[in-house]
Amino acid sequence: MKLMLITRYSAVKPPVLLFNGSIVNEIDFNDPGEYLKTAYRRLNLSYPKFFKMDNLCKLAFLTTEILLKDFDLNSRYPSEKTGLIILNSSSSLETDEKHQESISDRNNYFPSPSVFVYTLPNIMTGELAIRHKIKGENSVFITEKPDAEFLYGQVSELFGSGRVNCCIAGWVEAYHEKLTSCLFLVENIEMADIEPKEIIIFDPSNIERIFKETTEDGTY
Amino acid sequence: MTPQILNESLKRQQRMELIEKLKLEIIEVLNLEDIKPEDIDADAPLFGEGLGLDSIDALELIVLLEKNYGIKIEDPKEGRKIFASVRTMADYILEHQKK
Repeated sequence: MKLMLITRYSAVKPPVLLFNGSIVNEIDFNDPGEYLKTAYRRLNLSYPKFFKMDNLCKLAFLTTEILLKDFDLNSRYPSEKTGLIILNSSSSLETDEKHQESISDRNNYFPSPSVFVYTLPNIMTGELAIRHKIKGENSVFITEKPDAEFLYGQVSELFGSGRVNCCIAGWVEAYHEKLTSCLFLVENIEMADIEPKEIIIFDPSNIERIFKETTEDGTY
Repeated sequence: MTPQILNESLKRQQRMELIEKLKLEIIEVLNLEDIKPEDIDADAPLFGEGLGLDSIDALELIVLLEKNYGIKIEDPKEGRKIFASVRTMADYILEHQKK
Protein backbone atom coordinates (compact mmCIF):
# COMPACT_ATOMS: atom_id res chain seq x y z
CA MET A 1 0.00 0.00 0.00
CA LYS A 2 1.24 3.45 -0.87
CA LEU A 3 0.91 6.67 1.06
CA MET A 4 1.09 10.25 -0.19
CA LEU A 5 3.82 11.88 1.83
CA ILE A 6 5.39 15.32 2.07
CA THR A 7 8.98 14.17 1.73
CA ARG A 8 10.45 17.68 1.84
CA TYR A 9 9.21 21.25 1.80
CA SER A 10 10.68 24.67 1.24
CA ALA A 11 9.57 28.22 1.73
CA VAL A 12 10.58 31.81 1.09
CA LYS A 13 9.34 34.11 3.78
CA PRO A 14 11.43 37.27 3.77
CA PRO A 15 13.85 37.68 5.34
CA VAL A 16 14.34 33.89 5.56
CA LEU A 17 14.67 30.98 3.13
CA LEU A 18 13.51 27.70 4.64
CA PHE A 19 14.02 24.01 4.00
CA ASN A 20 12.03 21.46 6.01
CA GLY A 21 11.27 24.18 8.54
CA SER A 22 14.89 25.22 9.11
CA ILE A 23 16.42 28.50 8.01
CA VAL A 24 18.91 27.99 5.21
CA ASN A 25 19.56 31.67 4.58
CA GLU A 26 18.54 35.09 5.82
CA ILE A 27 18.65 38.23 3.69
CA ASP A 28 17.95 41.84 4.60
CA PHE A 29 14.68 42.81 2.99
CA ASN A 30 14.08 46.23 1.46
CA ASP A 31 13.13 45.85 -2.18
CA PRO A 32 11.46 42.54 -3.22
CA GLY A 33 13.29 42.44 -6.57
CA GLU A 34 16.68 42.92 -4.90
CA TYR A 35 15.78 40.37 -2.25
CA LEU A 36 15.07 37.74 -4.90
CA LYS A 37 18.28 38.50 -6.80
CA THR A 38 20.31 38.31 -3.62
CA ALA A 39 18.68 34.99 -2.75
CA TYR A 40 19.60 33.65 -6.21
CA ARG A 41 23.24 34.60 -5.62
CA ARG A 42 23.32 33.23 -2.10
CA LEU A 43 22.05 29.91 -3.40
CA ASN A 44 24.92 29.86 -5.93
CA LEU A 45 22.61 29.24 -8.86
CA SER A 46 23.53 29.53 -12.50
CA TYR A 47 20.49 30.08 -14.68
CA PRO A 48 20.72 33.45 -16.49
CA LYS A 49 17.07 33.29 -17.55
CA PHE A 50 16.19 33.90 -13.89
CA PHE A 51 16.89 37.60 -14.38
CA LYS A 52 14.35 37.84 -17.18
CA MET A 53 11.54 36.45 -15.05
CA ASP A 54 9.01 38.53 -13.15
CA ASN A 55 9.00 38.40 -9.35
CA LEU A 56 6.32 35.71 -9.21
CA CYS A 57 8.35 33.34 -11.40
CA LYS A 58 11.58 34.24 -9.59
CA LEU A 59 9.95 33.34 -6.28
CA ALA A 60 8.58 30.03 -7.61
CA PHE A 61 11.98 29.28 -9.15
CA LEU A 62 13.94 29.93 -5.94
CA THR A 63 11.50 27.99 -3.76
CA THR A 64 11.79 25.01 -6.10
CA GLU A 65 15.59 25.24 -6.16
CA ILE A 66 15.61 25.01 -2.35
CA LEU A 67 13.07 22.18 -2.46
CA LEU A 68 15.01 20.07 -4.96
CA LYS A 69 18.54 20.73 -3.74
CA ASP A 70 20.48 17.44 -3.80
CA PHE A 71 17.38 15.62 -5.04
CA ASP A 72 17.64 14.15 -8.53
CA LEU A 73 14.02 14.42 -9.60
CA ASN A 74 14.61 13.24 -13.16
CA SER A 75 16.37 10.03 -12.19
CA ARG A 76 13.63 9.12 -9.71
CA TYR A 77 10.51 9.91 -11.74
CA PRO A 78 9.67 9.99 -15.45
CA SER A 79 9.11 13.61 -16.49
CA GLU A 80 5.55 12.74 -17.65
CA LYS A 81 4.69 11.44 -14.19
CA THR A 82 5.71 14.54 -12.26
CA GLY A 83 3.08 17.21 -11.68
CA LEU A 84 2.96 20.83 -10.55
CA ILE A 85 0.04 22.34 -8.68
CA ILE A 86 0.44 25.87 -7.36
CA LEU A 87 -1.99 28.23 -5.67
CA ASN A 88 -1.76 31.97 -5.28
CA SER A 89 -4.07 34.90 -4.65
CA SER A 90 -2.74 37.76 -6.80
CA SER A 91 -2.27 35.77 -9.99
CA SER A 92 0.18 37.74 -12.17
CA LEU A 93 -1.33 41.08 -11.14
CA GLU A 94 1.96 42.91 -10.51
CA THR A 95 3.13 42.18 -14.05
CA ASP A 96 -0.35 42.87 -15.45
CA GLU A 97 -0.13 46.34 -13.89
CA LYS A 98 3.33 46.90 -15.35
CA HIS A 99 2.08 45.94 -18.79
CA GLN A 100 -1.00 48.11 -18.40
CA GLU A 101 1.21 51.10 -17.54
CA SER A 102 3.19 50.60 -20.74
CA ILE A 103 0.06 50.77 -22.90
CA SER A 104 -1.91 53.46 -21.09
CA ASP A 105 -0.38 56.44 -22.92
CA ARG A 106 -1.18 56.39 -26.64
CA ASN A 107 1.66 58.82 -27.30
CA ASN A 108 4.19 56.65 -25.53
CA TYR A 109 2.89 53.22 -26.49
CA PHE A 110 5.74 50.75 -26.12
CA PRO A 111 4.52 47.49 -24.58
CA SER A 112 7.44 45.31 -23.64
CA PRO A 113 7.26 41.76 -25.07
CA SER A 114 9.32 40.45 -22.17
CA VAL A 115 6.86 41.91 -19.67
CA PHE A 116 3.81 40.77 -21.62
CA VAL A 117 4.89 37.11 -21.64
CA TYR A 118 4.58 37.05 -17.85
CA THR A 119 1.00 38.31 -17.74
CA LEU A 120 -0.32 34.84 -16.88
CA PRO A 121 0.29 32.98 -13.61
CA ASN A 122 0.71 29.69 -15.50
CA ILE A 123 4.02 30.99 -16.84
CA MET A 124 5.33 30.23 -13.35
CA THR A 125 4.66 26.50 -13.77
CA GLY A 126 5.98 26.71 -17.32
CA GLU A 127 9.29 28.10 -16.09
CA LEU A 128 9.56 25.35 -13.47
CA ALA A 129 8.66 22.70 -16.03
CA ILE A 130 11.44 23.92 -18.34
CA ARG A 131 14.00 24.14 -15.56
CA HIS A 132 13.27 20.69 -14.09
CA LYS A 133 12.10 18.90 -17.25
CA ILE A 134 8.63 18.30 -15.83
CA LYS A 135 6.04 17.20 -18.39
CA GLY A 136 3.18 15.99 -16.20
CA GLU A 137 -0.05 17.79 -15.31
CA ASN A 138 0.44 21.36 -14.19
CA SER A 139 -2.01 23.98 -12.99
CA VAL A 140 -2.20 27.26 -11.15
CA PHE A 141 -5.30 28.02 -9.12
CA ILE A 142 -6.26 31.36 -7.64
CA THR A 143 -7.40 31.08 -4.04
CA GLU A 144 -7.75 33.87 -1.50
CA LYS A 145 -5.41 32.20 1.01
CA PRO A 146 -3.17 29.14 1.07
CA ASP A 147 -6.04 26.64 0.95
CA ALA A 148 -4.96 23.29 2.39
CA GLU A 149 -8.21 21.44 1.62
CA PHE A 150 -8.27 22.62 -1.95
CA LEU A 151 -4.61 21.77 -2.56
CA TYR A 152 -5.08 18.35 -1.01
CA GLY A 153 -8.10 17.72 -3.25
CA GLN A 154 -6.29 18.66 -6.45
CA VAL A 155 -3.12 16.75 -5.71
CA SER A 156 -4.80 13.61 -4.41
CA GLU A 157 -7.02 13.55 -7.48
CA LEU A 158 -3.88 13.57 -9.66
CA PHE A 159 -2.30 10.74 -7.71
CA GLY A 160 -5.59 8.82 -7.58
CA SER A 161 -6.01 8.94 -11.32
CA GLY A 162 -2.50 7.57 -11.81
CA ARG A 163 -1.41 10.59 -13.82
CA VAL A 164 1.48 11.43 -11.50
CA ASN A 165 3.81 9.59 -9.12
CA CYS A 166 5.29 12.76 -7.74
CA CYS A 167 4.09 16.34 -7.46
CA ILE A 168 5.48 19.71 -6.51
CA ALA A 169 2.59 21.51 -4.88
CA GLY A 170 1.95 24.54 -2.74
CA TRP A 171 1.61 28.29 -2.59
CA VAL A 172 3.57 31.04 -4.38
CA GLU A 173 2.39 34.60 -3.91
CA ALA A 174 4.19 37.72 -5.12
CA TYR A 175 2.58 41.13 -5.23
CA HIS A 176 4.89 44.08 -4.66
CA GLU A 177 6.22 43.82 -1.06
CA LYS A 178 4.16 40.72 -0.37
CA LEU A 179 6.29 37.63 -1.05
CA THR A 180 5.39 34.27 0.43
CA SER A 181 5.87 30.77 -0.83
CA CYS A 182 5.72 27.23 0.43
CA LEU A 183 6.20 24.21 -1.81
CA PHE A 184 5.92 20.53 -0.95
CA LEU A 185 7.45 17.58 -2.68
CA VAL A 186 4.68 15.01 -2.56
CA GLU A 187 5.58 11.40 -3.30
CA ASN A 188 3.64 8.17 -3.29
CA ILE A 189 5.68 5.83 -1.14
CA GLU A 190 5.24 2.18 -0.21
CA MET A 191 4.43 1.90 3.48
CA ALA A 192 7.12 -0.74 3.88
CA ASP A 193 9.77 1.75 2.73
CA ILE A 194 8.80 4.48 5.18
CA GLU A 195 10.85 5.40 8.21
CA PRO A 196 8.09 6.08 10.78
CA LYS A 197 9.88 8.96 12.51
CA GLU A 198 10.31 10.90 9.28
CA ILE A 199 6.86 10.83 7.83
CA ILE A 200 4.61 13.78 7.16
CA ILE A 201 1.44 12.51 5.57
CA PHE A 202 0.13 14.74 2.82
CA ASP A 203 -3.24 15.55 4.34
CA PRO A 204 -5.14 18.81 4.97
CA SER A 205 -4.08 19.14 8.60
CA ASN A 206 -0.35 18.82 7.86
CA ILE A 207 -0.62 21.07 4.83
CA GLU A 208 -2.48 23.66 6.91
CA ARG A 209 0.09 23.47 9.70
CA ILE A 210 3.05 23.98 7.39
CA PHE A 211 1.26 26.70 5.42
CA LYS A 212 0.68 28.54 8.72
CA GLU A 213 4.32 28.17 9.76
CA THR A 214 5.67 29.37 6.47
CA THR A 215 3.23 32.00 5.23
CA GLU A 216 1.75 33.69 8.28
CA ASP A 217 3.42 36.59 10.08
CA GLY A 218 5.48 36.14 13.19
CA THR A 219 6.61 32.53 12.93
CA TYR A 220 10.23 33.18 11.90
CA MET B 1 43.72 66.53 -42.44
CA THR B 2 41.37 66.78 -45.44
CA PRO B 3 37.64 67.35 -44.86
CA GLN B 4 37.00 63.84 -46.21
CA ILE B 5 39.40 62.20 -43.76
CA LEU B 6 37.98 64.32 -40.94
CA ASN B 7 34.49 63.26 -41.89
CA GLU B 8 35.46 59.57 -41.91
CA SER B 9 37.13 59.93 -38.55
CA LEU B 10 34.02 61.56 -37.06
CA LYS B 11 31.86 58.79 -38.48
CA ARG B 12 34.07 56.14 -36.91
CA GLN B 13 33.93 57.94 -33.59
CA GLN B 14 30.16 58.24 -33.79
CA ARG B 15 29.86 54.56 -34.63
CA MET B 16 32.08 53.52 -31.72
CA GLU B 17 30.05 55.64 -29.29
CA LEU B 18 26.80 54.19 -30.59
CA ILE B 19 28.13 50.64 -30.21
CA GLU B 20 29.00 51.29 -26.57
CA LYS B 21 25.61 52.93 -25.95
CA LEU B 22 23.83 49.99 -27.57
CA LYS B 23 25.66 47.51 -25.38
CA LEU B 24 24.39 49.30 -22.27
CA GLU B 25 20.85 49.49 -23.66
CA ILE B 26 20.84 45.80 -24.61
CA ILE B 27 22.03 44.79 -21.14
CA GLU B 28 19.31 46.91 -19.57
CA VAL B 29 16.32 45.96 -21.72
CA LEU B 30 17.20 42.27 -21.88
CA ASN B 31 18.04 42.03 -18.16
CA LEU B 32 21.47 40.55 -18.83
CA GLU B 33 22.29 40.90 -15.19
CA ASP B 34 25.71 39.27 -15.04
CA ILE B 35 27.04 40.69 -18.30
CA LYS B 36 29.14 43.84 -18.59
CA PRO B 37 29.50 45.94 -21.76
CA GLU B 38 33.10 44.77 -22.18
CA ASP B 39 31.85 41.15 -22.22
CA ILE B 40 29.96 41.84 -25.44
CA ASP B 41 31.98 41.51 -28.62
CA ALA B 42 30.55 44.02 -31.10
CA ASP B 43 31.01 41.50 -33.93
CA ALA B 44 29.80 38.36 -32.15
CA PRO B 45 26.40 36.92 -33.12
CA LEU B 46 23.66 38.12 -30.80
CA PHE B 47 21.54 35.02 -31.32
CA GLY B 48 22.22 31.31 -31.29
CA GLU B 49 25.48 31.57 -29.36
CA GLY B 50 27.32 34.24 -27.42
CA LEU B 51 24.60 36.04 -25.46
CA GLY B 52 22.14 33.21 -26.10
CA LEU B 53 19.21 35.51 -26.82
CA ASP B 54 15.77 34.10 -27.62
CA SER B 55 12.75 35.13 -29.70
CA ILE B 56 11.31 37.36 -26.96
CA ASP B 57 14.65 39.16 -26.81
CA ALA B 58 14.40 39.72 -30.57
CA LEU B 59 11.03 41.40 -30.09
CA GLU B 60 12.48 43.48 -27.28
CA LEU B 61 15.28 44.68 -29.59
CA ILE B 62 12.71 45.69 -32.20
CA VAL B 63 10.95 47.77 -29.52
CA LEU B 64 14.31 49.27 -28.47
CA LEU B 65 15.00 50.49 -32.02
CA GLU B 66 11.58 52.09 -32.23
CA LYS B 67 11.50 53.59 -28.76
CA ASN B 68 15.06 54.89 -28.52
CA TYR B 69 15.87 55.62 -32.17
CA GLY B 70 12.51 56.10 -33.85
CA ILE B 71 13.25 53.30 -36.32
CA LYS B 72 10.42 50.95 -37.16
CA ILE B 73 11.25 47.62 -38.72
CA GLU B 74 8.42 46.91 -41.14
CA ASP B 75 9.76 43.67 -42.59
CA PRO B 76 10.52 41.06 -39.89
CA LYS B 77 12.87 39.32 -42.35
CA GLU B 78 15.17 42.34 -42.08
CA GLY B 79 15.68 41.54 -38.40
CA ARG B 80 18.06 38.68 -39.09
CA LYS B 81 20.54 41.04 -40.76
CA ILE B 82 19.99 44.02 -38.48
CA PHE B 83 20.40 42.03 -35.27
CA ALA B 84 23.30 39.89 -36.44
CA SER B 85 25.60 41.73 -34.04
CA VAL B 86 25.84 44.99 -32.09
CA ARG B 87 27.88 46.45 -34.95
CA THR B 88 25.22 45.63 -37.57
CA MET B 89 22.61 47.22 -35.29
CA ALA B 90 24.72 50.36 -34.99
CA ASP B 91 25.24 50.50 -38.75
CA TYR B 92 21.52 50.15 -39.36
CA ILE B 93 20.71 52.91 -36.87
CA LEU B 94 23.28 55.30 -38.37
CA GLU B 95 22.03 54.64 -41.86
CA HIS B 96 18.36 55.02 -41.05
CA GLN B 97 18.56 57.95 -38.66
CA LYS B 98 19.99 60.11 -41.42
CA LYS B 99 16.92 59.68 -43.58
